[in-house]
Amino acid sequence: MTTHYLVLSALLFAIGGIGVLVRRNAIVVFMCVELMLNACNLAFVTFARQNGNIDGQVIAFFVMIVAAAEVVIGLAIIVTIFRTRRSASVDDASLLKY
Amino acid sequence: MITAPTIEYFALAPLLIIFGAAIIGVLVEAFAPRYLRRAVHVPLTLLSLVGAFALVILQTVRGVPTTPAAMGSVAVDGPTLFIWGTILVLSFVSVLLINDEEQFVPSAAAVPGSAEEEKAITEGAAHTEVYPLALFAIGGMLLFPASNDLLIMFVALEVMSLPLYLLCGLARRRRLLSQEASVKYFLLGAFSSAFFLYGTALLYGFAGTVDLLGIRERLAVGGGGTETLLLVGTAMLGVGLLFKIGAAPFQAWKPDVYQGAPTPITALMASGTLVAAFGAVLRVFWVALGNDSWNWEPIMWGVAALTMVAGSILAITQTDIKRMLAYSSIAHAGFLLVGVMAVGERGQNALALSGLLFYLVTYGITTVGAFAIVTLVRDPGGEAWHLSRWAGLGKRSPKLAGLFAFFLLAFAGIPLTSGFFGKYAVFRSAVALGEAWLTGLVVLAVVASAAAAFFYVRVIVLMFFSDPSADGPTVVTPSWATSTVVGFSAFATVALGVFPQPVLDLAEKAAKSLFVQ
Repeated sequence: MTTHYLVLSALLFAIGGIGVLVRRNAIVVFMCVELMLNACNLAFVTFARQNGNIDGQVIAFFVMIVAAAEVVIGLAIIVTIFRTRRSASVDDASLLKY
Repeated sequence: MITAPTIEYFALAPLLIIFGAAIIGVLVEAFAPRYLRRAVHVPLTLLSLVGAFALVILQTVRGVPTTPAAMGSVAVDGPTLFIWGTILVLSFVSVLLINDEEQFVPSAAAVPGSAEEEKAITEGAAHTEVYPLALFAIGGMLLFPASNDLLIMFVALEVMSLPLYLLCGLARRRRLLSQEASVKYFLLGAFSSAFFLYGTALLYGFAGTVDLLGIRERLAVGGGGTETLLLVGTAMLGVGLLFKIGAAPFQAWKPDVYQGAPTPITALMASGTLVAAFGAVLRVFWVALGNDSWNWEPIMWGVAALTMVAGSILAITQTDIKRMLAYSSIAHAGFLLVGVMAVGERGQNALALSGLLFYLVTYGITTVGAFAIVTLVRDPGGEAWHLSRWAGLGKRSPKLAGLFAFFLLAFAGIPLTSGFFGKYAVFRSAVALGEAWLTGLVVLAVVASAAAAFFYVRVIVLMFFSDPSADGPTVVTPSWATSTVVGFSAFATVALGVFPQPVLDLAEKAAKSLFVQ
């Protein structure tokens, strides 16, 4: 039964999505995005099993690499703004509006 | 036994040149002494763009391939070659703008206003990394519309976006705004690419492959109990793609990022990224989901209507020149989406595609020109962004204000500018479909462009019919590079407005074969 894994993946994706929307700390927001990417990976691997080909498993590796690259860029940006503002809250960064 | 994959190196050569030059740029950063870096980077970057462009022309002359390259994962077809040519020209002029030390921070790691930053400025430090980063972004832009499977498309999306997130945070002036733009762009961009990826996963579950042609074949077969996977997958994929083109309701990042980013980078994003993202939208919705158009067209209709209305109306309330241009870009994305829905039989598709390709060229060129002018009007603390600072500019430097007014009129789509023919080509194809729902949208689009014309004209009136303030902004003497960019954009905007036929023909020829299917 692969359905359970798909439900789990959808749940993880939703938790990540809600986290992005409600959390204030940029690092936590970013962790939630990573959770969403990992939910995608679970879905890919499950569908690979369901479809009987290994494309999904290969894609999961690609996604891991991309996620790693994203961490490098993301942490660099967040650390830079933290050093400037002494805060990683996304609510504080509100100079650009309207 | 495993057979080795075949790679069509000639077809992929433009991509390989750009990525190769970007990697050499990284090595230059690592090994060349500081005083030499810029001297190596500028010619390297510009020559690689010229070389890639020459290869695109050579491929067009030698005949467009009819099958996808690299084991079906990259499609180098007529529309791709046209989009590549467009992106390479726009990138070339944007890189000429990027070649301005004044725009980029001497040391991104130094806290704004700290002694460390002071030291970096007096030492004359510079982030020459912007050149390889821009090249990686341009490489991603080339791959994005050419990718023929969703995995490659996701990787290309990230290769295009990741360097741009960094580049946004590297402005020399108003660094707090720049860093904030970078964080916002990054978090929202990563969020949207997660949606893109989950959509890919669901379509993979539906079709058993991420190949666009495979999804198309699976759709043609139909049946099965997996309709939900298809619909939810399409919606999520759409969110990821529409975010990149800045369509409402995913447009919120655009004004913030366009305002905060260094202006040359804004020019690159507003032109190159938009062209690349539209190429990808077309490929996904026409090639992979073309047989499912009755499912996505109603949603796309609403998105297009909302985008053009939101862009045109919100632009009126703006007091910042870069934010206003960003909202104008949102409105233009809405107009372009009209063409995405004008699908029918083969001839109709070719008509719509050629219109879209032409619109992308005209809009991209005019945008780069407009942002190039924004870099020239300066206050003591940086560029003069506030609209009130532009009052009376026409009296103090009539040439510059005249050119800017001309670009604004081209955005508005006044006849004798390229913008008119761009809009005409897209709207004509939508009306040619002869469906009431799409013709209605064209009417809405025309009304929205009339509303948009209001705020363009407002800026022109402000520049020419109000008195300059005593402590107004200074107009710096443009460097040769900036003059070239402004001159080229103005020339192309006039030429495509008076004599558009050669480029229209080229777009038609590129669109005739449609995407490989």
